Amino acid sequence: MTTTKGFASEAASSPTTPVVHLEDVGKSYGNIQALRGVSLSVRQGEITCVLGDNGAGKSTLIKIIAGLHAHTAGTLSVNGEERHFSSPRESMDSGIATVYQDLALAPLMSVWRNFFLGNELTKAFGTLDATRMKKITDGELTKMGISIPNLEQPVGMLSGGQRQCIAIARAIYFGAKVLILDEPTAALGVKQSGVVLKYIVKARDAGLGVVFITHNPHHAYLVGNHFVVLKLGRVALDTHRADITLEQLTNEMAGGSELEALSHELRGIDAEAVVVRPADEPVRIQSPLEST
Amino acid sequence: MASTIATPTGVDDRVSTRSIGARLLSRPEIGSLVGAAVILVFFLISAAPFRDINNTGTILYGAALIGVMAVPVSLLMVGGEFDLSAGVAVTTGGLTAGIVAYQFSLNVWVGMAVSLALALLIGLFNGWLLMRTGLPSFLVTLGTFFILQGVNIAVTRLTSGAVASNSISDMDGFSAAKAVFASEFKLGGITVKIIIVWWILFVALAAWVLLKTKVGNWIFAVGGDAAAARAVGVPVKKVKIGLFMTVGFFAWFTGMQLLFNQNGVVQSGEGVGKEFLYIIAAVVGGCLLTGGYGSVVGAAVGALIFGMVQLGVVYAGWNPDWFKAFLGVMLLLATIVNLVVKKKADAR
Repeated sequence: MTTTKGFASEAASSPTTPVVHLEDVGKSYGNIQALRGVSLSVRQGEITCVLGDNGAGKSTLIKIIAGLHAHTAGTLSVNGEERHFSSPRESMDSGIATVYQDLALAPLMSVWRNFFLGNELTKAFGTLDATRMKKITDGELTKMGISIPNLEQPVGMLSGGQRQCIAIARAIYFGAKVLILDEPTAALGVKQSGVVLKYIVKARDAGLGVVFITHNPHHAYLVGNHFVVLKLGRVALDTHRADITLEQLTNEMAGGSELEALSHELRGIDAEAVVVRPADEPVRIQSPLEST
Repeated sequence: MASTIATPTGVDDRVSTRSIGARLLSRPEIGSLVGAAVILVFFLISAAPFRDINNTGTILYGAALIGVMAVPVSLLMVGGEFDLSAGVAVTTGGLTAGIVAYQFSLNVWVGMAVSLALALLIGLFNGWLLMRTGLPSFLVTLGTFFILQGVNIAVTRLTSGAVASNSISDMDGFSAAKAVFASEFKLGGITVKIIIVWWILFVALAAWVLLKTKVGNWIFAVGGDAAAARAVGVPVKKVKIGLFMTVGFFAWFTGMQLLFNQNGVVQSGEGVGKEFLYIIAAVVGGCLLTGGYGSVVGAAVGALIFGMVQLGVVYAGWNPDWFKAFLGVMLLLATIVNLVVKKKADAR
């Protein structure tokens, strides 16, 4: 993509300038403070992993950057310019593309219609240029390593990995500078997760700034350059890859002492009770009728 | 990307090319087409006057009266919403034009313009309230339905002292407007009411918009998954409000046909229950009640089924009381055929 290449050269000239920068950002829904004092920098050519348990505020954080919700405290700046997004369109127009956990694809619509949704190509009189859109969709998907022979197929019939890849390919094709991925591997099997992770690295190498939201520290450590751990709406850890090991990261995410307490608790469980008996001693299940 | 689950360059042989027949069967309008064919054959055999070419115009006219409104209603259903006020909004359209022109002694066209503005406003109100409150459209438009029904009768009685509006047939601009909305012409022995021509034009235009334009893509998207559509930058609110205003426009248009076809008089109680006929036409034509799937052409075929059954029952010499029962059976049969055919076609 010409756009992507353009960003790549930009990134090469200023590799350390944050594209998206959050300073002390907070969000409250009435009396509930979902996010407090979060600072985060997204740089081009870098993967920033945001980790956290359920309810830690990860989703709220992406929704702010994606323009679905406006933040109520702090500042959000894109390319050094302070912004306050009031719609996803504004966020997209400043180069931020978000791929949601729930996929952001209309299930009953065909693959190519979904790929170009919101950015349709048209010919004279506003007629859709279906031929060109199908061709581009096919080319982009093949580039990513997924082949969908029938682009007229509704996306609801595809697998989770395929759908995730369509959503990511779409974001990259439309010239995103920053790619936000909301738990892209959460619902996927091991192989499909691998495909998605490889694609995330590809996006980084193309010069995009990637925000990878996950609660899987193993996936995060495989690809991440920078790690931010959220806990109860606050930043609990903010570190570079060089300063942390996978073990520390896992520990940090699970909440160190909490995990230890949990392992103590689990040790108390009688493991024998769930062990299957040896084969020479077949288990006989007695029916209640027999026993009477 | 060398991966074991997908081969980028190799030929994928999991999906074979589907035959034209199978592709045709997976279209949303197929159920209604099969239904229409069955009903056509049925009445051609059982009702002699049905075979008379002169009656074709009458059957098409009955279909067009429902069909014109089925166009925006099917678009709205693809967009994931209902409009229960569509039936009485037609009456409101006709009444407003008649009452405004009569009470202020204005040119008929001025009354029509006021009526059009009001019809669009009603659509705007429905859409805005829906988007603003997030209530289901079923509830919002049920409210509008009762409001309009009450206002129609109350205002008519206030201005004319009766339940019908005063006739505007001798006022300026009446004959010209009648020529546009309620004239007729002969075509090879068939008397063609002009609304049939309008109906075909509207169906063609709406089908093109839905399948071939950006806006049509957006209508499918807001009905299929509004959150997903919003996230990729589709103006969901504008699309939905626009759809309700489209219903408003067509309600006005049908209201004009009502006004000029009855010598400038509109009965204020008319239109109640018509909204269901529009919805039936759309559902028989393949629109999903949940949105995101459907067809304008299908809705037109649904309206055609309605027209054929309505007159077929009479031509067959049966008591017209049976018509509604017949219609209910048709609705169930057509939707079941839709479902079965679609499943079969997808499974091929």
